[in-house]
Formats: sequence, C-alpha cells, structure tokens
Amino acid sequence: MPLDTKTTGFKYIGTRPDRPDGIDKVTGKARYGADAYAPGMLHGVMVRSPHAHARIKKIDATKALALKGVKAVVTRADFPTGLEGEDWNIQENCMAGEVALYDGHAVAAVAATSLLLAREAAKLIEVEYEVLPHVTDVDEAMKPGAPAIRAGAADYSVPEGLHPNVMRYIEYGHGDLEAGFAAADLVMENTYKTEATHQGYIEPHACLAQLGSDGKGEMWVCTQGHWFIRRMSAAVLGIDVANLRVTPSEIGGGFGGKTTVFIEPVALALSRKAGKPVKMVMTRSEVLRATGPTSSSSIDVKMGMKKDGTMTAAKVTMRMQGGAFPMAPIDSALDCAFSCYNIPAVHHEGYDVLANRPKQAAYRAPGSPMAAFATESLVDEMCRALGLDPLKTRLKNASREGTKASFGPTFPRIGLVETLEAAIAHPHYAAPLGTNQGRGVASGYWMNWGGETSVSAALGEDGSVTVSVGTPDIGGSRASMALMAAEALGIPYENVRVNVVDTGSLGVNEPTHGSRATYATGLATIEAVKQISSKLCQRAADKWGIPAEAVIWEDGCAKPSGPNAGEFPPLTIGELAAEMGSTGGPISGHFEATPSGHGGSFGTHIVDVEVDPETGHTSVLRYTVVQDAGKAIHPAYVEGQFQGGAAQGIGWALNEEYIYGADGRLQNTVFLDYRIPVASDLPMIDTVIVEVPNPGHPYGVRGVGETGITPPLPAVANAVHAAAGVRLRSLPMSPPRILAAIKAKG
Amino acid sequence: MTQIHVTTTVNGDEVDFLADPRETLLDCLRDKLGMTGAKEGCGTGDCGACSVTVDGRLVCSCLVLGVEAQGKTIETVEGMAEGEKLHPLQRKFIEHAALQCGICTPGILVAAKALLAQNPDPAEEEVRYWLAGNLCRCTGYDKIIRAVLDAAAEMREGV
Repeated sequence: MPLDTKTTGFKYIGTRPDRPDGIDKVTGKARYGADAYAPGMLHGVMVRSPHAHARIKKIDATKALALKGVKAVVTRADFPTGLEGEDWNIQENCMAGEVALYDGHAVAAVAATSLLLAREAAKLIEVEYEVLPHVTDVDEAMKPGAPAIRAGAADYSVPEGLHPNVMRYIEYGHGDLEAGFAAADLVMENTYKTEATHQGYIEPHACLAQLGSDGKGEMWVCTQGHWFIRRMSAAVLGIDVANLRVTPSEIGGGFGGKTTVFIEPVALALSRKAGKPVKMVMTRSEVLRATGPTSSSSIDVKMGMKKDGTMTAAKVTMRMQGGAFPMAPIDSALDCAFSCYNIPAVHHEGYDVLANRPKQAAYRAPGSPMAAFATESLVDEMCRALGLDPLKTRLKNASREGTKASFGPTFPRIGLVETLEAAIAHPHYAAPLGTNQGRGVASGYWMNWGGETSVSAALGEDGSVTVSVGTPDIGGSRASMALMAAEALGIPYENVRVNVVDTGSLGVNEPTHGSRATYATGLATIEAVKQISSKLCQRAADKWGIPAEAVIWEDGCAKPSGPNAGEFPPLTIGELAAEMGSTGGPISGHFEATPSGHGGSFGTHIVDVEVDPETGHTSVLRYTVVQDAGKAIHPAYVEGQFQGGAAQGIGWALNEEYIYGADGRLQNTVFLDYRIPVASDLPMIDTVIVEVPNPGHPYGVRGVGETGITPPLPAVANAVHAAAGVRLRSLPMSPPRILAAIKAKG
Repeated sequence: MTQIHVTTTVNGDEVDFLADPRETLLDCLRDKLGMTGAKEGCGTGDCGACSVTVDGRLVCSCLVLGVEAQGKTIETVEGMAEGEKLHPLQRKFIEHAALQCGICTPGILVAAKALLAQNPDPAEEEVRYWLAGNLCRCTGYDKIIRAVLDAAAEMREGV
C-alpha cells in the first residue's frame, strides 16, 4: 500500500511521556487476569497426568462429585469430536483424549464453590493409567527404537525411512555449496544444543469464563490476543465465534506464551456444565509443566571462510522437538540461521520432532535464538582460528539492501550494517578487560510481522480522541499509539485516549506478537485518525463554502490552502468537534488491513563476562545492545524491549533449562529451581537505538520486541570462551558445565 | 473447615474477615478484602509479586497464613499513595518507564519502600541484592534500579 511516509520533523514521536496506564499500575488498581470476580463464581482446578506418556484407562469422579459444593467435572467426553489439524492439536493439548502425552497434561477438571474445595475434589478424581515408554530428548526421539508418540501423523514432507516421531521435514537453499566450501581457506563444522526454556511471565494464566447452554458466552482472560483465544476456544468447544465475547485483562507478561489456549476452553466447558461462571488460575508449577515452553534443539552448522573473512558457503541442519505436537519452529529458525550474511551458497535442513513434553509455544523470536547460538558461535570460532576481528568480519559479510537473503527474498532497506558500525565505534568494544574476563559479540535477526489489524478512532465533543485497538498492551503500547495519533492529528498526547477493546468491538486482530503492535496497530491508528482529520477538513470546507481540496489539516486545525481558498481563520479540532452534531453528525475513522511492510530488525550485542575458574560461575559485567528500531516512537519503551530481551537471553545462555528426570517428569517446576535472572545477576544494560526508517510504515517503525533475545546466547558463549578458554556448545552454560569444561581442558 | 475470625489493620484501616486456616494472607487480602494489588506469581515465595509488610517487616504474603494477621499491621501497595499524591517511588517508576507489563510492580514498590525505610541511601548493589527476591521478566531491571535510586535521592532531599 502506498504510504505517506514521514521520518523527520516530529513533534510528539520520539518523546517520553508518562504511560496512560502508569498510575493504575503503580497503585495496584490495574486489573489482571486473576483480579476478576463474578457473582456466584465457581473455581476450576485441573487434574493432570503424573506420567510422561500413559494410556488413560478410566476416570472416576464419583467421590469428587459427592462432595458438597462440587458442581461439575469435565473430561474429554465433554468436548466435541471430529476436529482436525491444529484445532485437534489444541483440543488434545487442553484435555487429553486416550493418551496423556506429557507430565502435566490435563486429563480432567473440576469446578466447586471454593478454590480449596476444588483442589480437594481434584485429588479425589481417580484416574487409572497404563504407563507407556517415553522420550524427552530430541536426538533420542529420532533414533530407531524410540517410542512412537503419534505414529502415522507425519506429513507428506517427511522422507521415507525416518522415525515416525519426525512430523515435518524442510530443505531449501541456493548457490553451489560444494564449490563454496572448496573456495574456502577454512571450513569448520560443529554441533550445538539448546535446552527448552520458558517465557517465564510472572502472571500465571488466568480467566473468568461464562458459557450458557445456548452457546453464548463471555470470558475475561489474560492474553496477548483475544481474537485468537475466541477462535481457538470456539473451535475446541464447537460453538460460533460471534457468540463468544472475549475481553482482555491487563496482561502480566507473555513473550509469545499467551497466544494460545490452555485453561480457557476448559473453564468454558465447566461453566456450561455447572451453569455458573468459572474462574481458573494456574499455579506456577502448572505454568512450567503444562503451558508452552520453547523447543529444545540440536543443530549442525558448517561454514566456509576465506583468510580475509569472506564467507563462501554455509549449511545448517536443525532438529527441534516441540513437545508431543507438531509445529516446532524449524521454519523461522532456519530462516534466521544465516540471515545476517551475504553468503553465495547456503543450504538448510530442518526436522520437526515429537517428544513427551508440553506443546511448545512461541517465545520471543521463536527459533531464532537457537539458530543464532549455533551460527554466531561458529563464526566466532572461525574468526579466532583466522585471527580476525569478529565485528569487522560480520560487517564484511553483512546483509544489506539488495542482498539476496539466505531464506530467499531480496532485502529491502535494513539496518544491520548500521548496528555493526555503531557497535565497533562504541567505547565498550575497546574497553580494557581484567583477569578471567572476556568479551563476546554476536548479531541477530527477526523478520517481524504485520498481521490482521483493525482499529477505530472516534472524535469526542471537545476535540479529544478515543482510539480503540485490539492488541493487548504488554509494554507501553497504548503510549505509543497515543503518540502516533497525536502526531498525525497535531493534538496533544494527553488528548488521545487509547483503549484495548473486546472482540465484540472491532474486526479480527491478531495478538500482540511478532513484534507487530507498534508497527501494524500503529499504522492502522495513524490511518484511522487521518480519516477524522479528512472529515474535519470537509466540515470546515462546507462551513467556508469552498472545496474540500482547498482545506489542509495542520497543527490540529483546518486551514484554507491554495490560491483560490480565500481568507478564513483556522478552525481548531475543538471548534469543529463542538458543532459536529449539527454539521453532519458524529465523526470517526476506521482502518483495517493485513499490512506486510513490517521490515525486519537486526541487532548486535557486546557482552563482558568474568568466569570464576574455581566455581565455573559466570558474572555478566557489562552489556550493550545495539538494535535498529526504524523509528523509536517512545524511546524509553524501545530501550526497555532491548534490555528485557537481553536479560532473557542471558538467562537462557547461563542458567535456564527444563530438567527432565529418567521418569520423564519435569524436575524444576518452581521459580526457585527454574531460576530466571534476578536483579543481582545483572549489570545495567546499555542501549543504542539505531534508526534506519522502515519504508513500510508511515513513520518508519520496525518492530523491536523480539530481535533482542537472539544475540545474547552466542554473545555470552563467545565471551565465556574469551574469558575461560573453553567453548561450550551446549546451553545453558551453568557453573557445573563450565567447571567440567575447564577441568577437561586441564 | 471451621473459619476463624481475624481482625487486623490494613493500610491504617481496621478490617476483619473469616479465614480458613489453610488460606494465605495473600488469598485473604485479594479474595476477602478485595485488595488485588498484591499478585500471586508463584505461591512459593520465589517471585515477590505478593510482597507486603507485616508490622513493618517485608514478607511474601503467599507464605503467611491469613490467620497470622490477627492483631498485626499490614501495609500493601494500595496504601503507598496519599490520596491522589503518589509516593516518590511510584512517581519515579512511571517517569523512568520502570514497568512494562506491571505485574511485578506492586511487589517491587513495597519491597523498595521497605529498603529505603531502613537505608535511605543504598548503593546500586544494595538495591540489586535487596530486590533479588522480586522477579521481573520484562525489564532486565535496569530502569527499576534507576527509578529506586532516583526516588531515594529525591526523598533524601525532602522534596
């Protein structure tokens, strides 16, 4: 779509006003998922499989239902049959059918008049299991003899002879790979592994659901995307989407993990059966055992390089398990593996593998951090072997406008070169290091997303404007939307109120995912409010008796413009709004689209660590994030995205992992054992916002949410190598692993 | 199970409620008193989202039983502002963009207030270790630490 692009001379864009929901959030008034209550409300509790893989032989709820105050029990028998494809996968994940597929898989649920009673009742539901052999490691799951989790479910892409746990196979590339490797002075190949991690949002999943026997329902839920929740819940329950109104609560973090359903259809089913509203709130252990962590991965990478650092060829093979369901993110992982570089010959292969683990969900740039860990570690190893500067080598090979991307298309205007140049020039890159200290660098990429978007804007009688959006605000997006609306209309930021509205109020909106909200909802907000100014120009033209073409909108006013417009004093938005009832009626704007000019974002990180040779403990001493934002609408929240992504990546690199026992049960199901970075683990995180405007957005915006988690995994690994002289090709680099590597080195 | 009558003081107001002996102080604050400012992130005392003070001592309210509140003085995030006047920590958190999703914010504000009550001039490292029991997954803590240090400086100047 042609856009009226403006990238300089902003009045509001680029400022840092207070967020509109700030006071609610610092005073405890903001209402999150678990903060809703309804008259007559019941509490729902799930019964979960204690086995990694087990046939469900019998479920007996007699004793639970005999308790006074227990109002309903549901099992898979209470859900419709005949679903197909991903709808079936989602239904099966929300409530197991014949087989429990992972430790924590829901098998039944109960609703009672109090939470304590519901928990008591859940313990009284008797489930008889026949335990089956299980597998949780991706490489083990592909070996002959591994238990087949869903034999016959693989799609057409899988070549003959592979284990039935391989669900999908992808292969693509371009250029002459053999010639490329032959032309290299150095060819290196290594295998890398990453363990599954969890998004770790602090707010557990929560909803308050009501569904009548007529199929009409309402739900309050913490989610990144309530239209997704509506569609998935309706499919799982066999009801029409229009009959389910979903209202998003404030959301306590998501990072991709709150883009699908887990408890929501079950709460609705309990409500329908009991005839009362049902609230369900997960415990932290339920979140870790039974929502969507990332895939774990096993990756082979091979690269050829000339003595001067020129990359000649590269090949990657990714094996990822996404739990007991297909759709591990092999596609995006492969697309990101070599996206930073202009390499004449590349080849990609991917295996999507089942294992007895929970169904993976998106986590911030899904697949990209794993791919970057492998590629960017190998690039570092090769630069060391050839005595090359790692940032200058990256710059030499960097993708830029016009480069044929490793995944096929030709890059439009992108900002990798600018981030590398800024990193090379940053004082951090030249700062001195002490004993046992080392510096690592890495770059990363996320392609971002546009997606279905619908926004409405309405003019108030006093000239203030209400914007209705459908993307939940996770990190200050209402402030960004208000800034863009204020800029487009030329009215103060404070005169714009942005609301995240329910599914009954707008057309379909995809979630706040894919780094799309500021880009796509922002674009739609700008276009929607421009319809308001255009209608106001018409009203002013009518009043002045001149053609609408002779009126322009400037600084919040309609002004006559052009040689024949005549002399009239400007009419302000307030003056025009005050009389809109008598000049033609209410004024609003609406815009909907599936914009596709999102433009990817590249980042380059620098990290200094100190490794204690006695304990293997790694301290992060200094961290700098350089990333292309296109245009930073509210720079403080852009910095926040950079810093948060870096912190999550540091956790993934050094400490976080899913630990399964030999029995296939998750062993670290609380935050004490699944330890995310705490304040004393981290230094201040410096940020450099690079702005290479995205031609696909009116103000040049690129999404910034996801790219920041991609470089830290390899950057930290490269720094650990520089500090301790050991190369860890398996994450996390926890102290025992580093210590073992140091001892093995001798 | 028989409910126990509990009388306590929350943010200066005397309140009472009936508590099952198994219910936590967090459950009682949220479900019986309608004070949902304190959040449950873990239920095991690891995340600090439920932080409140009991007789001036910082605790995870998910690890305190509701019946233990009998006769005590409880302070929560809802008691930090005086009417429409925000506490300096609350104001600095907004100014510094020290929250993204905001779910950890009530607990961190209560914990930071408790720190500044006993140490009005903490070093960055002291703030980091004091807040190590309050998990934030969004921010990487950078802006949180800056907001606390800035609020401490302002409070020392008595603005």
